[in-house]
Amino acid sequence: MINTGAIRSIYNHEMQRFFRTIWQSIASPVLSTVLYFVVFGAAIGGRIQSVEGIAYGAFIVPGLMMLTVLQQSVSNGSFGIYFPKFSGTIYEYLVAPAGWIEVTAGFVCAAASKAILIAFLILITSFFFVGVHIAHPFWMLAFLFLTAFAFSLLGFIIGLWAKNFEQLQVVPLMVVTPLVFLGGAFYSASMLPPFWEAVAKLNPVLYLISGFRWSFFDMADVPVGLSLFAVGLMIALCMFAIRWIFLTGWRLRE
Amino acid sequence: MSAIIEVDHLSKQYANGPRALDDVSLNIDEGEIVALLGPNGAGKTTLISIICGLVVPTGGTVRVGGHDIRTDWRAARKLIGLVPQEITLEPFETVMNTVRFTRGLYGAAPDDAYLEKVLRSLSLWEKRDAQTRELSGGMKRRVLIAKALSHNPKVLFLDEPTAGVDVALRREMWQVVDQLRRDGVTIILTTHYLEEAEEMADRIGVINHGTLLLMKPKAELMGEFGKKHLTIHLYEPLERCPPELTARGLTLSADGLRLGYDYDTRSDRTGIGSLLAELSGLGIRVRDVSTKQSSLEEVFMSLVSDEEKEGAA
Repeated sequence: MINTGAIRSIYNHEMQRFFRTIWQSIASPVLSTVLYFVVFGAAIGGRIQSVEGIAYGAFIVPGLMMLTVLQQSVSNGSFGIYFPKFSGTIYEYLVAPAGWIEVTAGFVCAAASKAILIAFLILITSFFFVGVHIAHPFWMLAFLFLTAFAFSLLGFIIGLWAKNFEQLQVVPLMVVTPLVFLGGAFYSASMLPPFWEAVAKLNPVLYLISGFRWSFFDMADVPVGLSLFAVGLMIALCMFAIRWIFLTGWRLRE
Repeated sequence: MSAIIEVDHLSKQYANGPRALDDVSLNIDEGEIVALLGPNGAGKTTLISIICGLVVPTGGTVRVGGHDIRTDWRAARKLIGLVPQEITLEPFETVMNTVRFTRGLYGAAPDDAYLEKVLRSLSLWEKRDAQTRELSGGMKRRVLIAKALSHNPKVLFLDEPTAGVDVALRREMWQVVDQLRRDGVTIILTTHYLEEAEEMADRIGVINHGTLLLMKPKAELMGEFGKKHLTIHLYEPLERCPPELTARGLTLSADGLRLGYDYDTRSDRTGIGSLLAELSGLGIRVRDVSTKQSSLEEVFMSLVSDEEKEGAA
């Protein structure tokens, strides 16, 4: 029997931490987004009239949302589980009648919720700068939720793996951010020369951004089904890794 | 009284490390206070960690309230509360919230009335809205106990509850444990303060090198292993101990006014009666006599050194 009380308790605990520092949590991503709109939308966007018929300012909205969702999901997911490890309170989770599913669900759902909340704030902010039309609202939400969940799982693994704050920062900075920028957050893969377009398609993040952009503008770099498969595969691989970590106790019970 | 914890042939071998537990078996009854004594690295924390689910055993079984800790771990863990050795609290969390959180982790329904009772019993109610970083060391320890009791466990593990704390705080912790005893909570505590075990425990287990050397009621342990020291105070000082008394093992103090005699309480004949008669026969006038029971520390040292001698042999 799943201990739903434990999931609720961890989720509420994490969300309370988020709301305790609500202005810090929100101000930074919203400010960054405004700067992106000013730089890419107004300054550079003025010279790039449109991408495949879509105003450049509007074109970058899904990419900006994805950039924030990925960064926030990884950051929240990793910090959420790393902090109890750092402070020593991790023992509470390990001695409670809660298995890996409950602990993971509590932390990851909270991390994903925070990222989704900020993504919506960015979407609302974007309405002040550009006109954005969402072609497939249901799929927009589906991609948003699945991507936030997938990258929160990845962040959770990073938090379990990290032995210090430096390791906690290195993967988001050195891996996730470059993948997002090279994954078509600010351009379409079709704008690249054929060789680099093929290279870009090796980047799993491109499939997420492409699927998400399709939900807005009904246009994609790769088939939507492939985007869904990519996010589903990532969730499955992450879940498998987390289960292994909890069952073996690697970096958790050492 | 029924056993709430049944440990059967438990062992733990760490990879590339020492054998932390070697074929340990013991039963702990409901409502008991059991102290596990042993030097650092003896295996006390490993034993507790296995029962609580922090460490996976290499062999043997543990049942808590009849539930196997590996096959029926959810039911077993619901019965357990753990107070770790280190003070580990989230610094910015309030006392009430952190206790509520732990209760939630155990899947227990919210019950602020019960938590109020727990906090009041630990003199923490007035501090319920304080962040844990604002509390003194003693209060932080009590918050850890409140968290461990938040889901109303039947068994409470205290891992070195007074390690590194001052004497006043130690006595404060003893009072808390005494209160829990009156509330009927089964308590298993590890300590290397023998005074602590002597003060609180009903039964005492001695662990060394991963082996449970013994597990006995405190009084029985003291009686069985305890030696007594008899001091005979004299009216007039002696220049030297008479040979008859030296032959009996008596020693004379430097001022010549006290004779000392060690005897075993387990012996049928302690020899005290004939000794007093002999003193009278030698014309030595006795002003007073006093006895002192050997402390648990001496008992413990005797047990551990015996084991080490056997190991060396």
